[in-house]
Amino acid sequence: MHWENYTSLPEKFRNQRVFDGCGISGYINIDGKRESGKKIVDMLTILNDRENGLGAGFAAYGIYPEHDDCYALHFLFDDEPAKLDVLDYLADIGFIVQSEAIPTKTPPNISSPPITWRTFFHPQENKNITEDEQVFQIVMNINQNFEGAFVMSSGRNMGVFKGNGWSHEIAEFYKIEEYKANMWLAHSRFPTNTPGWWGGAHPFNLLNTSVVHNGEITSYGTNMRYLESFGYKCTLRTDTEVIAYLFDLLCRKHGIPIEIATIALAPPLFQDIDRLEDNYRIALKNIRATYRSAMLNGPFSVVVGIADPVPTMIGLTDRKKLRPLVAGVSEDENTIYMSSEEASFKRLMLNPEIDFSLKEIWHPKSGTAIVVKMGQGLLRDGLEKPLEKIELTVKGGS
Amino acid sequence: MSVSHSTAPYYHVTVDREYCKKCKRCTNHCSYGALSFNGERIIADDSKCVACQRCVTMCPASAIRVVKNESYLPPHGNYTRRIRNAIWAQSGNGGVLLSATGNDREIRSIFDDLLLDACQVTNPSIDPLRETIETKIFFGRKPSKIDFKRDSENPKSISLKTEFMPNFEIDMPIMVGHMSLGSISYNAVTAIYQACKELNILAGSGEGGLHPDFYEYGSNIITEVASGRFGVDINYLHNAAGIEIKIGQGAKPGHGGHLPGEKVNSLISQTRMIPKGSDALSPYPHHDIYSIEDLAQLIAALKEATRYKVPIGVKIAAVHNSAPIAVGIVRGGADFLTLDGFRGGTGAAPRIIRDHAGIPIELAIAAVDERLRQENLRDEITLVAGGSIRYSADLIKAIALGADVAMCSMPVLIAMGCRVCQQCFRGLCSWGIATQQEYLVKRLDIDVARNRIINLFHSWNEELKEVLGAMGIDSVESLRSNRDRLRYIGPNPKIAEILGVKHAGE
Repeated sequence: MHWENYTSLPEKFRNQRVFDGCGISGYINIDGKRESGKKIVDMLTILNDRENGLGAGFAAYGIYPEHDDCYALHFLFDDEPAKLDVLDYLADIGFIVQSEAIPTKTPPNISSPPITWRTFFHPQENKNITEDEQVFQIVMNINQNFEGAFVMSSGRNMGVFKGNGWSHEIAEFYKIEEYKANMWLAHSRFPTNTPGWWGGAHPFNLLNTSVVHNGEITSYGTNMRYLESFGYKCTLRTDTEVIAYLFDLLCRKHGIPIEIATIALAPPLFQDIDRLEDNYRIALKNIRATYRSAMLNGPFSVVVGIADPVPTMIGLTDRKKLRPLVAGVSEDENTIYMSSEEASFKRLMLNPEIDFSLKEIWHPKSGTAIVVKMGQGLLRDGLEKPLEKIELTVKGGS
Repeated sequence: MSVSHSTAPYYHVTVDREYCKKCKRCTNHCSYGALSFNGERIIADDSKCVACQRCVTMCPASAIRVVKNESYLPPHGNYTRRIRNAIWAQSGNGGVLLSATGNDREIRSIFDDLLLDACQVTNPSIDPLRETIETKIFFGRKPSKIDFKRDSENPKSISLKTEFMPNFEIDMPIMVGHMSLGSISYNAVTAIYQACKELNILAGSGEGGLHPDFYEYGSNIITEVASGRFGVDINYLHNAAGIEIKIGQGAKPGHGGHLPGEKVNSLISQTRMIPKGSDALSPYPHHDIYSIEDLAQLIAALKEATRYKVPIGVKIAAVHNSAPIAVGIVRGGADFLTLDGFRGGTGAAPRIIRDHAGIPIELAIAAVDERLRQENLRDEITLVAGGSIRYSADLIKAIALGADVAMCSMPVLIAMGCRVCQQCFRGLCSWGIATQQEYLVKRLDIDVARNRIINLFHSWNEELKEVLGAMGIDSVESLRSNRDRLRYIGPNPKIAEILGVKHAGE
């Protein structure tokens, strides 16, 4: 592990975009059953060809049921003064229900480990803006203006644990196996151009949305400038940040159904759209025209966790599927797994300590989303035609 | 004019006496009267030659050369020959000097100072011959968001609530700029419209009306409502894919159109609805638009007249305050906005304006795109940018800076045979392009010209795909405003700052 650069990159590396190759994994229990982090650690750490020891992390949903009405803010601090600054600020603008260290297993003889901290928080009541919007602004403010502090995650009943090291080291450091979650996302990375920093590891989170991402967004400039006109500040200069904000914009601010938001991000080709019947053709063309700046280009595979209105896991690749994504469903059809490689599933199958087998393993089509919702099941398996399974009516269409 | 004020010709015409067959073809082809036959041999009047190269091309014996006149003025770095000639011309005739084509001053091109990015290792590039790369564009206004409503009883049922405004699809992000019938010939206009229909791209009608022969190309034509309202009637409005209110033109910001009476024959007279032989000078401003709210009214009136079926846009010349003006225009209801840079072309314009007014299109795109984003309006409209898009590299860079569509005219004329002699305002174009004289117009073969335009834009679009592929982008939508993929190598860091582009190496 690298015991430095917790809350920001060294000055000389700032303003550079981070490029990396990655391993991603995730799973969701449709009935909401919470499971320890053991499986997700196994799934991720086997992908060690996809990392180089410069960053890994986990997002866990459903881990704080006793505080599920609070925003669980996960922090990294460089030192005590930075921590006190932020906690004072939070106490000024809202209510801290509980505030404590995130338990870690710091190896001996580390002189200055990061302060890992979590605060269960309510913003002050404000009729003019929603709580989500307030917390969104608080997170943007802390990450931009508070030296030595970084918000890792800001959702309800969930948390992100990440740092600069090999995935097995990060899992051990945060004692991931001790948390029980109903949806897990995990990420390990192989950055090419920076030494890596703790806050810059994935998953990337904003409110209830977390993203693990493998790839490079060639449309970054277009997407970033589009998001900026809606008030997002892309300060981290990573592609993943842009993906998380796009999901936030489309799903939360614009209220677009998830299965349609994924189409806006990785739309079908015009030659395929032209073959569809009227309603679908009109809808898809207008989605492409309206959200032309939200379209993600370049190689990527992502797994996204969204908690509102129901916990949802999404798997999506670029339109040419230049990065891998494989999915599996458990025998009882209750759990959906996704990963960069099938090795993640094989490892669980070979683990003598657990009884694990999959009913089916499949490869989603390029640019086609897998959508799993808690309580509702596998809504889309990533093998559908565009808008298949959706009964769409269009104003003015036939 | 006394002898002491006559100026040395720019060109010198040589006829190789050994090669010359005295067939006199050159004298027929020279529309400027520079060549004649004196009974014994071909003789040249250098002072009339414009270097249009028609005689050189048509001479069956390859006997003619047009060379630079080496007999030259005493050199002076400040009082250049260009400036001295202007002074002699004006002190001789006392008038405003006319000129044609775009600004010909040697001002550094910002496009040429921009470099494109390409993929290496961390992301794969895409081979356009093996993979689909899309260049389709939707022209018109888009909503800022789409409203969907999910049926609470049946979650699979989703209704799309937004009503969409008229948009039409074009297959390449290219528009041929506004050149009116009048400034160019019937054959030239026909070739352009036919090519644009074949390619499914756009052509501007210019402000000279639309001849009934061209109604069949209406689905690819943006007609122009300019301050002179030439040719504007209900057929004109109804036979167009879009309508553009022309406020200004890059070659002559603050000026109206100039069509010298020499070019107004019966065809032009009929199409423009003006008397034969009269100068068609459209007013400098629209006399019903003295302010932004007046413009909004005209936009609304045109939308009413066309029953909200086609997008209505506004064209402005790129000037110092383009950004706030653009915002006003978008708020005024325009569905598209056309920016025309200071190098933009013209059939006739006062030289003082052509050479000195306006700003480069690169800076205007950057400033307008940025300002519209600050107001969260950018994605709702289509931004067209022209004013010297010379080749596909300029088109690609214009889009990366923030334009949806690149507009160009000169490359189309050059493709048809134009040699850029800059005499369009005289109506004597020996290539049959910028003229209305029937014997000259006939020289332009419509089929050949059309095919050359098709070839040109086809190759530009292929080059666009090649660049997109190298950038790892499979749709032109993801290039637009993607300034991250541009780098600056010019001498002035301030330009990079205004463009929002990093310096090469950063």
